[in-house]
Amino acid sequence: MTITKLVLLELWKRRSQLITGLLAITLGIAVIVAIQSVSVVSEQNVARNLDNLGANILVLPQGASIDDYYTCDIDAPTLPMDYVERILTSTISGVDNMSPKLTRRVKAAGQDVVLTGILPKSEIASKPLWQTAGLIGTEIKTACAPDQAANQSHGMEDEKLKRKVIDTLNFNDCMAGSQVATKLKLSANSRVNIMGKDFRVVKILPETGTVDDDRIFANLKDVQQLLGIENQVSAIEIMGCCNAISEGLLGQLRNILPDTRITTIGQIVSTQIETNQLMKKITLVMLIIIFFVGGISIGNYTWANVNERKREIGILRMMGAGRAVIYRMFLLKALLLGITGGILGYLLGTVAGVVLGPYLAGIAVKPVYLYLLWSVLLAVAISVTGSLIPTWLAARFDPYNNLQED
Amino acid sequence: MILQGDKIVRQYKHKSGVINALDQVSFMVEKGDFVTVTGPSGSGKSTLLLSMFGLVRLTSGTVIFNGQRIDDCSDRKLTEIRRKSVGYILQSFALIPYLTTIQNVMMPLALDRVPAGEQLKRASEILDFVGLSDRMDHLPRELSAGQQQRVAIARSIVHRPAIIMADEPTGNLDPALSLEILEFLKKINREQHITIMMVTHSPVAAEYGSMKLHLRDGKIVIRNS
Ligand SMILES: Nc1ncnc2c1ncn2[C@@H]1O[C@H](COP(=O)(O)OP(=O)(O)O)[C@@H](O)[C@H]1O
Ligand SMILES: [Mg+2]
Repeated sequence: MTITKLVLLELWKRRSQLITGLLAITLGIAVIVAIQSVSVVSEQNVARNLDNLGANILVLPQGASIDDYYTCDIDAPTLPMDYVERILTSTISGVDNMSPKLTRRVKAAGQDVVLTGILPKSEIASKPLWQTAGLIGTEIKTACAPDQAANQSHGMEDEKLKRKVIDTLNFNDCMAGSQVATKLKLSANSRVNIMGKDFRVVKILPETGTVDDDRIFANLKDVQQLLGIENQVSAIEIMGCCNAISEGLLGQLRNILPDTRITTIGQIVSTQIETNQLMKKITLVMLIIIFFVGGISIGNYTWANVNERKREIGILRMMGAGRAVIYRMFLLKALLLGITGGILGYLLGTVAGVVLGPYLAGIAVKPVYLYLLWSVLLAVAISVTGSLIPTWLAARFDPYNNLQED
Repeated sequence: MILQGDKIVRQYKHKSGVINALDQVSFMVEKGDFVTVTGPSGSGKSTLLLSMFGLVRLTSGTVIFNGQRIDDCSDRKLTEIRRKSVGYILQSFALIPYLTTIQNVMMPLALDRVPAGEQLKRASEILDFVGLSDRMDHLPRELSAGQQQRVAIARSIVHRPAIIMADEPTGNLDPALSLEILEFLKKINREQHITIMMVTHSPVAAEYGSMKLHLRDGKIVIRNS
């Protein structure tokens, strides 16, 4: 016999009672693991969206909203092309790259598509995703552009694209995003009719998981002519140096570009970031609640167990078990409860996150194995802390009173 | 002399006033004695028995065990004395309900960190001695009252104590089983030279004593040896 064996035998004998002891802790851990699993993916998504947008400053016409930028309605406001030159000829430093765009929702082959006019080389240079796909040479490298290796994982590997470096997009040529290509059944060198004009598809762009997958890209001049909006663009995307942005690049741009709305990508995704921060706060609050509720619940369970075993404690003390033995008995049990609750909570929370994540947050959630360790540590901390007071009291029971016949 | 009590007082504070459960009790037990303590219900027998090694704290008085004063020892020290030198037998058997016979008997050895092999060997020997070799893996509730008390006896001697403190060990047993248990205690006392202090209200049991104490209202009124 050992005290450990005694604890295991007792646990087994009263195993049905364990369920009440385990329930609170398991559910608590499960909730935290589920929230964490979902929010960690959500955070990764923000980071990826930031990367995918490529540019980190957006110059929009006054009165245009970010929604306009994405929906590209036919009457969306525009700003003059000259603004590009204004930026180029100014003394503002920190602008690494620039891409003026004109975007409109149009009909192509009878279907609704989004047509974006771009100045090829510069457009592409500010898109890390497309750099990965091998669309541009290495001559445009910026001081703070996201590094290539980091983006490698997001980009699609396509050997054919890699070999065919394009830094120009000729008139009458276009490139199609992967979803548009599927929708219109386009492939490289096929032809597509956009607003009555015939374009040759030079390339199907790899999937990026962003709005760009729904777009057809053509030369900016072509698009301006086609739409009859000469010398106007819907937006100028700017790759600004990170330090320069914090040092007032936005203000300088506003000075030389009147009647525009200048915003950073950070601001655009800020709602998502805010949501994530809210999730973090909720997790923290949940953590505190679970610590207390779980701790009290386990404490309550242990106290009931101590009372049920008063006589047993008296018998052991009579036989010469010191207080340390009583501590060991109940804290070891709390430890085992914690480990079990932590593992069960992790499994339940992970399953909940994986199953519910797509419904609730619209994202695919993967199990985070590291959380198993944290779940067990947290559950053990809760369980042992909650059992401390009942155990302390048990060790101080008067052996005599508890030996009396029942 | 193995155990001595000198002017032992134990008071209980009660709504109706202070109760002297033990009132100036003095006695001496020699090594190898079989002491019986009798007296009416509520006369303080259990209090006397359990106060010797700290299960009940004394209000005043001295206890000397093996030449050493122990009434003022720390809980830790008294616990150690109980673990090493004392075996208890109670009227209600006091077995741990979810442990088998052999596990219950091994418990005192486990508390003393005796290695598993040695525990098994000694517990088996003792169970053989009390005639329960064929009930080693039974739970207490699967045993008769007499068998349960024999397990308790086995448990009280397995760690080779110097003294056994028995509080009405036959109180829950019919006369035939009582005799069996008393014979066991006599055998332990004779063959293993373990001192026994036994509380009883049965005159038959009291006859086993080599020294007899009779309590009334917390005082020793008759002393026979
Ligand atoms: N925990 C207690 N609180 C108050 N009084 C007690 C307590 N335990 C015992 N007593 C009193 O002490 C006296 C002796 O009790 P006890 O030693 O159990 O007697 P016995 O074993 O001889 O029947 C009784 O009057 C009893 O009521
Ligand atoms: Mg009594």
